[in-house]
Amino acid sequence: MDAHIKIVDFHVRYGEHTVLEKINLEIPKHQITVIMGPSGCGKTTLLKGMNRFLELVEDAHVKGQVLIDGEDIYDPVMDVTEIRKKIGLLAQHPYPLPMPIYDNVAYGLRIHQMCKNGKEMDEQVRHFLQEAGLWEEVKDRLHKPASGLSIGQQQRLCLARGLAIKPEILLGDEPTSALDPISAQHIEKRLLSLKAEYTIVLVTHILRQAKRLADHVVFMYLGEMVECGPAREVFENPRQERTRAYLAGQF
Amino acid sequence: MKKRWAKRHIAEAIFRLIAHVSFVLVAGSLAVILWTIISKGFPAINWTMLTQAPKGGYYLGKEGGILNAILGSLYMAAGGTLLAFIIGLPIALYLETYLRNSPWARYVRLTLDVLWGIPSIVYGAFGFIFMLAIGMRASLLGGIIALTLLELPILTRAMDEVIRMLPRDLEQAALALGSTRLEVALRVVTRQMLPGIVTAILLAFGRGIGDAASVLFTAGYTDRIPTSLFRPAASLPLAIYFQLSMPYPEVQQRAYAAALILTVIVLITSLGSRWISSRLSKNVIQ
Amino acid sequence: MIQSKSLSARESQSERLSLAVRLRSDKFARWVFIILSIIPVVLALLIFGMLVFKSLPIMKVNSIWQLLTGQVWKPEEGLFGFWPFITGTIWVTLTALLIAVPPSLLTAIYLSEYAGRSLRTGMKPLLDLLAAIPSVVYGVWGTLAIVPFIQNKLGPFVRQHLPNIPILNSDNPTGFGILAGAIVLAIMITPFIIAILFEIMNNLPKGLKDASLALGTTKLQTIRWVVFPQALPGIIAAIGLGASRALGETMAVLMVVGNVARVPHSLLDAAYPLPALIANNYGEMMSIPLYDAALMTAALILLVIILLFNVTSTMALQSVLGKKGA
Repeated sequence: MDAHIKIVDFHVRYGEHTVLEKINLEIPKHQITVIMGPSGCGKTTLLKGMNRFLELVEDAHVKGQVLIDGEDIYDPVMDVTEIRKKIGLLAQHPYPLPMPIYDNVAYGLRIHQMCKNGKEMDEQVRHFLQEAGLWEEVKDRLHKPASGLSIGQQQRLCLARGLAIKPEILLGDEPTSALDPISAQHIEKRLLSLKAEYTIVLVTHILRQAKRLADHVVFMYLGEMVECGPAREVFENPRQERTRAYLAGQF
Repeated sequence: MKKRWAKRHIAEAIFRLIAHVSFVLVAGSLAVILWTIISKGFPAINWTMLTQAPKGGYYLGKEGGILNAILGSLYMAAGGTLLAFIIGLPIALYLETYLRNSPWARYVRLTLDVLWGIPSIVYGAFGFIFMLAIGMRASLLGGIIALTLLELPILTRAMDEVIRMLPRDLEQAALALGSTRLEVALRVVTRQMLPGIVTAILLAFGRGIGDAASVLFTAGYTDRIPTSLFRPAASLPLAIYFQLSMPYPEVQQRAYAAALILTVIVLITSLGSRWISSRLSKNVIQ
Repeated sequence: MIQSKSLSARESQSERLSLAVRLRSDKFARWVFIILSIIPVVLALLIFGMLVFKSLPIMKVNSIWQLLTGQVWKPEEGLFGFWPFITGTIWVTLTALLIAVPPSLLTAIYLSEYAGRSLRTGMKPLLDLLAAIPSVVYGVWGTLAIVPFIQNKLGPFVRQHLPNIPILNSDNPTGFGILAGAIVLAIMITPFIIAILFEIMNNLPKGLKDASLALGTTKLQTIRWVVFPQALPGIIAAIGLGASRALGETMAVLMVVGNVARVPHSLLDAAYPLPALIANNYGEMMSIPLYDAALMTAALILLVIILLFNVTSTMALQSVLGKKGA
C-alpha cells in the first residue's frame, strides 16, 4: 500500500477521559478510506487528529505521531496553517462563510495568495464550483450571499471551497448525514470521482454508505482500532468478532 | 510544512500581544482604582469615624465621623430594596406563571427594559416632582422611594430571569403532587430559585446604596443620624460628594473614609452574591 | 398502598375545605398580580408624562428649536439655550466611547479566542466588580488620579510639544474637563461593553470558525474575515448600549468635567453635560422663573436620547443573540 498518512501510537484524552487508545494505522493514497463504528467510538476524534483540529478543543491532550508524507504534523516546528492547507475538511453541517458565493470559494485562494490576478481567480472559482457540481446552479448568482442556498447546495459549496486550496487529502466528517437523499447522493458521486486526485478519509455511521464508497476500511470500537484493511476483505471476511457483530447490525 | 515566519504569523503574534495588553489594562484598572481608594481611605478610618456623626455644625465641622451617612445609606438602601422586592417579586411571578409569552407579558417586559435604562438622575428628578406635588420634603422616606424606583426594574428583571429558568418538570411535578403536598412542592421550588433571588437582591442593594443622583434631590442631607422617616437623611455617596470639595482636610478625610466604606460594602455585595449563589446552588437542579 | 380509612376520610375533608379556600385566594391573587403588573407601565407613563408636563411652561415661551440650538444659558435673564450642554454631552460621550471601545473589543476577543478557561472564569468577578463600583467612587478616583495628571503632566506637555493640534488646544488651565470625564466614563462603561461583546462572540456558531480554520487560516485571519463581520451587528448594538449608559452617568462626570457652560472646542476644555446640569442646579431651580421647567426639559431631552439608543440597541442585540444562540 502506498501510505499517504501514517498514524503512530496516537493517543487522545479529553481531560481525564481517554478517547483514543494507541491507534496505529495507515491511510492509503488516492483511495477512499472509511472510518466506521458505533457512535462514541472516537472516529471523529481520529479524523480531527489528522488536521490538528483537536487543538481547538479545550482540555484535549494528544500523544503520538501523525505522519503525512513522512513528516509528523505534530512536530512543534510545523506550521499548522500549511498543514491545514494540505488537508481539506468537509464537516457534517455545512457552514457557508458570511459572504457571497464567489467569495466563499475565493476565500482560501485569497488567504494563501494563490492567484495572480482577478481573471485567474474567476477561472479557479469556476473550476472548483464545477468540480463540486454546483456551477450550473449558481453561475448566475455568484455575488449573492451564500446563505441563500439550500442545504445540499451549501454542502457542495463547502466542498468547492475546500477543494480550491488544492489540498492533497480530503477529510469528511459524516458529510452527508445532514442532507436530503438526493444531495447526499450527489456528494457521494463527487467523492467517488475525486479519489483519483485526492486521498479521501471519511467518517460515517451509515454502514451502507461505507459499503458504497470505501476502498479501505477502518473499524473502531470504544477508542480502539479493531480492524482495518481493504474494503472487500473487511466486509466479506472480517477477522475480528466485534467487526462481525457490527456488520451484522448488533450495535 | 515547516514554520516560516510568514507575514500572517507575525501579524497574528502582534495582534495577540495587543489583545493581551488590553486585557491586562482592563484588569489593571480595577487594581489601580481600588488602590487609590484604599490608600486614601484607610488612614482615615478610625473608631470615631465609624461611630459618630459629624460635629460642629453644617458639615464644616472638623470633628466627628460619618455615622450619619453610613446609617442613612443602609436604611435607605434596605428600605428601597425591600419595597422593590415586595413589588417586584409578584410581578415576576405573574409574568412567568400566568402570562408566559402573551403579548401583555411582552409589553410589561419591554417596559421593564425601558425603566431599566432610565438614568438615576431622571428618577431623582421624577421623585422630586412627585414629592413636591404631594407636599413631601426631602427626607429618608423620599430617598427610599427614589431607590425603590431605581431598583424595581433591576430586581424585577433579574427575578424574571431566575423564574424563567425554573425547569418545567419541577413545576409539573409540583402541580401533580396535589394539595396535601403543596407545602413540600413550594419548598422545592423556593430552594431552586433561592440563589438567583438572593443574588438579585444583593446586586440591587449594591446598586442602590451607591447611587447619588437619585437621592440628591429626594433625601436631602444632614449631619444628624437618621431617626425619622420624614427628616432629611445623609447618604454615603452624597457624603463623599459634598465633603470632597471642602477646603478642610479633616472634612476631606471623611470623604475618603466614606468612599472606602462604600466601596467595601459594594465589594461585599458583589462578591458575596457570587459566593452565596454558588453555595446555595448545590441544591439546585441545572 | 394501604392507608387507614379514617386518615383518608380526614384528608379528603380538609382537602375539600382547602380547595375552596385556595380557589378563592387564587382568584384574589390573580387580581393582585394584574394590578401589580400594571405598575411598571404606569410608572413609565408617569415619569414621561410628568417630565413633559413640567417642561411645558418653557416650551410655551421658546420653541423647541430655539431651546435646542440656543447658545446662551443665562437663567436670570430668561435665556435657556441648551446647545452648550448638548454638545458637552456629545463630546464627553463620544470621546469616552472612542477610548473604551477598542480595548473592550480587543479584550473580548482575547477572552473568547485566546484565553484559557481559568482566565475566562476569573475575569467574570473582575468585570462585575468594575461594574459595581459606584459612580461617586469613580469620581473620587478621577479627582485624585486623572485630573492632576492632566493638569500637571498632560496639559503642559501638549502646550509645549503639540501646540498646533486644535483639538488639544485649550485655555483651560485645570485638569477638569472633557478628557478627564471621558477617561473616567470610559473605564465605567468598559466592563459593560466587554460583557456584551463576550456574550456575542461566544454565541457565534462554532462550525463557522472551524470552517475558516480548516482552510488553513491563522486565528487573526478568522477573526478578521469571519468572526468580526458575523458579530458586527452585535458589536454595534453593544456600542449603542454603552453609549446609553455613558449618556446617563451623572456623578463621576460631574466631579471631573469642569461644569462650564460653553460649547467645547478642545478635549481639554471644560464642559457641562446635561446630567451635570440637572444635578448641579436643582437647588436653585425654584427661585428663578422657568428654571425648573428648563431643568425638566433637560431631563426630558436626556431621557429621549437615552431611550432611543437603549431600545434600538436592545432590539438589535436580541435579534443577534436570539438568531444565533444555540
